[in-house]
This record gives sequence, C-alpha cells and structure tokens, in this order.
Amino acid sequence: MLEVKNLKKSYGNVIAVNGVSLGAGAGETVGLLGPNGAGKTTTVSIIAGLIRPDSGSVEIEGRPLAGDTDPIKRRIGLVPQDLALFDELTALANLQLFAAIYGLDGAAARRAIDDALALVGLSDRAHDRVKDYSGGMKRRLNLASALLHDPQILLLDEPTVGVDPQSRNAIFDNLEVLKSRGKTLLYTTHYMEEAERLCDRIVIVDHGQVVANDTLQGLYRLLPVTNSLRVELDETKNGLRIGDVRALPGVHSAEFDSGTLRVGVEDLAAQTPCVLQWLVEHGHSYHHVSSERADLETVFLTLTGRSLRDS
Amino acid sequence: MMIPFRALVRKDILLFFVDRRALLMSFAIPIAIGSFFGYVLGGAGDQDSSKIPVLAVDQDASNISREIVKRLSGEKALAVKPSTPDEARTAVRKGTATVAVVIPPNFGQNAGRAFFSAREKPQIEMLFDPSHTAERGMVAGILTGDVMQAVSKEVFSAASSQPMIEESLSQVEKSTRLDAEDKKSLEDLLHSVSRWTQRNTDSTRADGSASAGLSIPFTTHEEAVTARRNTKYNGYAHAFAGMVVQFVLFLGIDVGIGLLQQRQRGLWKRFRAAPLSRGVLLGSRAASAAILAFFVVLVNFLFARLVFGVRVEGSMAGFLAVSASFAVMTAGFGMLIAALGKTPEATRGLSIFATLIVVMLGGAWIPMFLFPQWLQKLTVVVPTRWAMDGLEAMTWRGLGLEAAFVPCAVLLGFAAVFGVLAVARFRWETEG
Repeated sequence: MLEVKNLKKSYGNVIAVNGVSLGAGAGETVGLLGPNGAGKTTTVSIIAGLIRPDSGSVEIEGRPLAGDTDPIKRRIGLVPQDLALFDELTALANLQLFAAIYGLDGAAARRAIDDALALVGLSDRAHDRVKDYSGGMKRRLNLASALLHDPQILLLDEPTVGVDPQSRNAIFDNLEVLKSRGKTLLYTTHYMEEAERLCDRIVIVDHGQVVANDTLQGLYRLLPVTNSLRVELDETKNGLRIGDVRALPGVHSAEFDSGTLRVGVEDLAAQTPCVLQWLVEHGHSYHHVSSERADLETVFLTLTGRSLRDS
Repeated sequence: MMIPFRALVRKDILLFFVDRRALLMSFAIPIAIGSFFGYVLGGAGDQDSSKIPVLAVDQDASNISREIVKRLSGEKALAVKPSTPDEARTAVRKGTATVAVVIPPNFGQNAGRAFFSAREKPQIEMLFDPSHTAERGMVAGILTGDVMQAVSKEVFSAASSQPMIEESLSQVEKSTRLDAEDKKSLEDLLHSVSRWTQRNTDSTRADGSASAGLSIPFTTHEEAVTARRNTKYNGYAHAFAGMVVQFVLFLGIDVGIGLLQQRQRGLWKRFRAAPLSRGVLLGSRAASAAILAFFVVLVNFLFARLVFGVRVEGSMAGFLAVSASFAVMTAGFGMLIAALGKTPEATRGLSIFATLIVVMLGGAWIPMFLFPQWLQKLTVVVPTRWAMDGLEAMTWRGLGLEAAFVPCAVLLGFAAVFGVLAVARFRWETEG
C-alpha cells in the first residue's frame, strides 16, 4: 500500500532524513516515533508530495508519486501537525473548501462532509465558526478535513498535540474506526503511550535515521529485560548476596541500591513468588513490593542511549 | 480543475468579507480620508476656498492708507482685520494670522511724493509666518496692486495732488543733475498732470465718471480646465483616486501576508497535498486578489459619485480598464510579497513602508509638480503614478479611451513582471 525506500533529504549541511525506509499495508497502523527534530515531519512531507527528496522513493499502491497533479495524491489524506483550518470560517465552509480542492462539490461533497463530521462527532457544530471551537474540537475537525476524499492512506503528523486527554481519546476512537475500515495509517508522535495504544508496528527514528522497525512485542524483545520487580527491604544490605539473587531461575539481572532491590525477570507472574520466597527464606524482610514493565521509553533509551523525552 | 480554482477564489473572497479589519481598510478608511482630503483640496468646487488671515495695522490713517486697507479687505482671497503693531506680531508668531501689513505714519504723504521722484520711498512692513511662504508671496502681490491704485488715485485728485506737484516742480527746478531738456520735459508733464486733475475737479467729465487714478491695465478671466466647459473641478476626484490607490495596495499586502500566514498555519501543506497544479494554487489567489481590488476601486468611486458628485467625465470603458489593470497589478504585487517574504510579521512592516513610498511618489498625497524635476522623471517607474494618471484622466480630466491605453499597458506590464518574479521566487516546499 505504502512503500518508502531509502529517503534522504538535507537542508544545507543539516541532514533531516537519512535513509528512511518503511512500509504499511491496508488496515495497518504504523507509528513513526522519535523526538522533536528526528525527521518525522520531513518524512511525512515527502510522502505527501510536499517536499522532493534528495534521493529515495515513495510508492503509493505500487506507483511512484509523479508531480503536483498526480491523481494518486487522492489516495493520501494529510493531517498536518498545525491546525490547518480557517478560523474565521465555519466548519462547514472549511470542509466545503477542502472537499472542493479534491474536486468534490454538490451532493458528493455534502455526503462526504456529513460522514466526516459524524465520524468526529461535530455534526451539530457544523455551522459554528472554527474560532469558537475548543482546541480538541479543532483537532477533530483537522482530522475530518483530511477524510473528505476518502483516502486509503492517512498521514497523521502528531494529530493530538496540545489536546486534553478526553479529546485525545476521542481522536483515538476515530482512528480506530478508520483502521477497522481498512485504512492505512502512518502516525507520527513523540508520545510513547499513543504509539503503544494505536500502532501495529512502530518505526523509531532518531537524527533522521531508522533505529528500529518492528511490532511493539518485537521492540520489547530487543531489550534484555522486559519486566522488573522492585522490592524495598527493611535492612540496607545486611548480608544480601546479590549474586545469589541473579542465580535464581528466570532472573536476568539484580541490583541493590539504598535499600531497594531491582530484579529483572522474564515472566513477572511466575518469577515474583520465587524471588519473594527466596528473600524470606534467607532472612530478608521487606515492606513494599511493586513491578515495572519496560516501555518504548526504555526501548528508545536502550537503542539510542538517550531518553526520548529529553532528546 | 475549475472546482478547486473556483473554491479557492470563493474562499478568499469570503475571508475578505468576514474580516472586519479588511473591510475597514478597504472601504471605511479610504472613504474617510478621501472625503477629508477632497474637502481640503477644494471640495466639489462650490465651496468657499479658505481665506488667508491678514492683519492690517494702519499707523498713518491717511486717505491713502485707508484706501489700501479698504482695497485689501475687498480681496476675495484675504480675511483682513485691523490690528496694532504688537498684537499683529504676536498673532503672526502664534500662527493665528499668516501675514500682518504695517502701514507706517506719513506713508500716504511720502508715497505721493515718491510717485514722481526718485526720493526715498516709504516702507510698508510685512510680518509673515515662515511656514506660509506661498501665502506671503500672494499677499505681497495683492498689496502691490492695491497700493499703486490707492496712491495714484490720491496723486491724480486735485485736492491732494497740487501741493505734491508744486513740491516736485520746485525740486526739478533746483535739480543740478538734470539737463535742460529733461527739466523741460518733466515740468511739462507735471503741469499737464496739474491741469488734468484741476479739470477733473472743476467739471464733470463728459462720460460722467470721475478719475480713479491709475488702474491695473487688464482684468483676468480664470477658468479651471476640466473635462468640459462649465464643469467645475471636483477635488474629491483626485483625493479618492489617491486613497483608492493607497488602500488597494494595502489590500495587495494583505494578499501576500495571507499566503505567508497560510504557509505558517499549515494550510499550504493541505493545499499542496491535493492534486493541484501550482498554477491553480497561485492563480486562484491572484484572481481573488484582482477581483477584490477591482471591487474596492468601484465601491470607493461609487461612494464618491453618490456623495460628492465625482463623475467619470471621460471614457467609462477607460475607467474600468484602468481600474482592472490596477487591480491585476495589485494582485501581482501581493504575490511578489508572498514570494519574497519570510514571516508575516517581518514582511508586513517592510511592505507597508515600500507601499507608502510608491504611493507618495505616485502623487497620491501631494501633487507631483511639487517634486524636483529628477524625481518627477523617476516616477515613470512607479506603478502608482500610472494608476493615478489613468484614474484622473478618466474622471475629472474627462479624456477618452485612448488616454487609458498607456496607463493600462504600463500597469499590466508591472503585473507581468511582478507575477514572473513571484513564480520564480516562490518557495513551494515547506521545510519539515
């Protein structure tokens, strides 16, 4: 459906995209995850035909994009990171315009507008000016504006920036509906939890390069430890032999610092009772136990040596 | 391609009409300023032109000085009030009077004596506001004429001329510088004047009129050359042309800034993601700008027509052609701003400055004849000058369609140059 091969783009001495390749099939949601400045928006802009790459190719349904007026562009819907709306006009006037730029007018345009508004839950506010909308409503309208020509591939460039959790959930619900209709979604974000919730596959980019491209489970497999057990002991050390803990079956790692024992395990449910029993049997009492699960932050940290949020 | 093109044009027009600031800048402000300037520049030709405030200080109180003040007071261009020397100086310094004319004691007597001889001439003091040098020159000219008439009238009337003539005869007789022949000629002249004034006093002239001394040997018939005879010049025509040119160019700036804002707000990405040619994207913007500019010109002149009687005295087709050409040039100007500008904020200030310069050079504020010669020649490369020329030719000058050809051609030429530059320099790609 969408095939991107070895894209490269530089601005002067700055390399924005450096050999990005990815693909997405029908009904698949691919997350493009990376910190600000990683090259996500440039990649999306190249796919949408806004920027010409220095090298590499983009194929939509097996065909390369050829020029500004290539009809294949109808297969793509772009949801820009900015709220690309005319605030002074009503939602309806905005949608009429965005339908018309894809050649839709009359009954076809009305149908498309009604469907898009219904999907994002703004049918009853169609005649309101966009400037009177809340931030979340504008984001939903921004999404609806890209759906009017019924594109097969939806490019979503950080579509939830600056919205409240309720509106974010509403947008996620809309995207899940689209996914269930077989649409291909390419979703850029620097929010790990969004990628975790929505994406079938996640492409992690940093400094314009793809550092990982796999399913969520596949990415977790890149980590030495997926889950960890955190036990706060009553004593500070008191003869705890950390080597013995590491030698327990199913335990990958163990560290003890300031009264807290961290144990990396493969299967949290299976290993937790064993570890706790071993501690009691060896005279180490504890007052609090909690577990931690590895996330994309951990994956990014492991792959790049930097925190995703601090990049 | 027509559906997107039409929709994009319609969108721009819709945005214009929902933008109060745009409406204010395109209609309310040019109408207000045009009305004001039109009034100041003489209005519709049927109002009293403003008079120059003049103070007259008569320290002589002679027949001649009273006659001078009387004649000054009768001048249409002057508003004359009596005053004292101190009050007059203070008033001119404060700017409440433009000129003060101070007639010194014995002016009448000394001026009469100086009329036939080269003896020292009495002096009239003119105090003037240095910020009104043109008015000073005008008052000086009027005063010269009035003094000549007042003094000659007195000199050629028997009662007061006889002593002056006798004194002059005595001086001629005593003169050692004059040769005999010159003395004889002057004595004959003075005797003739004496007899002539005596006769006019003793008997009524055959035609019943009395002598009034020397008079200006001509009168003038003034006619403002406008579209047709008996058509008064309408100052609002020039004022509205100037303001329309200025504020339509401001609309052009808004067109350019609007494109930059669309780029900044991501709308350009949405448009470019659609299968639209660059011609449709830029062409629709240029078309909407030209339509709006044309509409603004027409509405402003319609207001001037209905309220101030500004007529298209020349060719209506020419007026429409000039307006349309100017509108197209404005669209090109707007596109060029969009192509050269980087951020809306930085571009707006620079564009307004550039626009005000070309508007000023185009003669929209002050008439071009006040410019130095070299600057007047320079204005041929300023599009606003051609817009002004064309609009004025078709309105109050009342010229025919052929007079619109050159302004239209030049304006369309500018539009083509701006358009080509805009397309060449337009940054299509939005950095990621």
